[in-house]
Amino acid sequence: MDSLLALAAGLLFGAGLALGGMTDPSVVLGFLDVAGAWNPTLVFVMGGALAVTFIGYRLVLRRARPLLAARFALPTTSALDARLLGGAALFGAGWGLAGYCPGPAIAALPAAHAGTAVFVLAMLAGLALARR
Amino acid sequence: MFSPTWLQALLGGAFIGGAAVLLMLGLGRIAGISGIVANLLPPVAPDSRWRAFFVAGLLAGPALVGLVLGRDPVGVPAAGLPVLIVAGLLVGLGTGLGSGCTSGHGVCGIARLSPRSIAATCVFMLAGGMVVFITRHVVG
Repeated sequence: MDSLLALAAGLLFGAGLALGGMTDPSVVLGFLDVAGAWNPTLVFVMGGALAVTFIGYRLVLRRARPLLAARFALPTTSALDARLLGGAALFGAGWGLAGYCPGPAIAALPAAHAGTAVFVLAMLAGLALARR
Repeated sequence: MFSPTWLQALLGGAFIGGAAVLLMLGLGRIAGISGIVANLLPPVAPDSRWRAFFVAGLLAGPALVGLVLGRDPVGVPAAGLPVLIVAGLLVGLGTGLGSGCTSGHGVCGIARLSPRSIAATCVFMLAGGMVVFITRHVVG
């Protein structure tokens, strides 16, 4: 049952990314290019996602526990440290170079462009490196 | 290039939010893609079956949209292979060190009003904007 729910959530997530144009790097780079022909699409995607999540989380987190798990697994760290901010800066730099962040890059894999696969492999290597 | 209308973009965002809420309601988990994927790398976290199924859904999502719209929404890579390798390493390393990406920090974290996520989102947007400015308007 938990697998089915995760599959449905992943499907909805991937469909949302694609419908919002986020699996096309040129749309994302167009958003980051504020000095050029600025593309506001990402603002609508993020706005829609935040509106639903903001309200939905408040309703869901009133519950004592999730439907299929013993407890809510929420992050507990609160430090604004160099690891967080430095990591975010590195991520942003890579995002600006390719126009891919992790979700869209993975969702774009089945389109079978060599560049997407190379990006995802390098991203996995980076993730593994960060875990060492 | 796939240029969604603002309504399609808003709806796509609502789908992403719906997925995040569904995952929290069902499994009590944050829908952060970098974290979900990182925990599928060896050593694989013991409770990772749901992560594999989430990724399977993520991979199938765009095809579903393509079927409904009658056109392929997935664009082509926007850089050459050397740049994509460097970018992928930076994205993996950065989201690993920074504990999240556009989904975990930018959507789920901001929706929880997490100061860490708000700070991280400001930093990665600023960094991304600076890099695009340099590649397109300084050296481009």
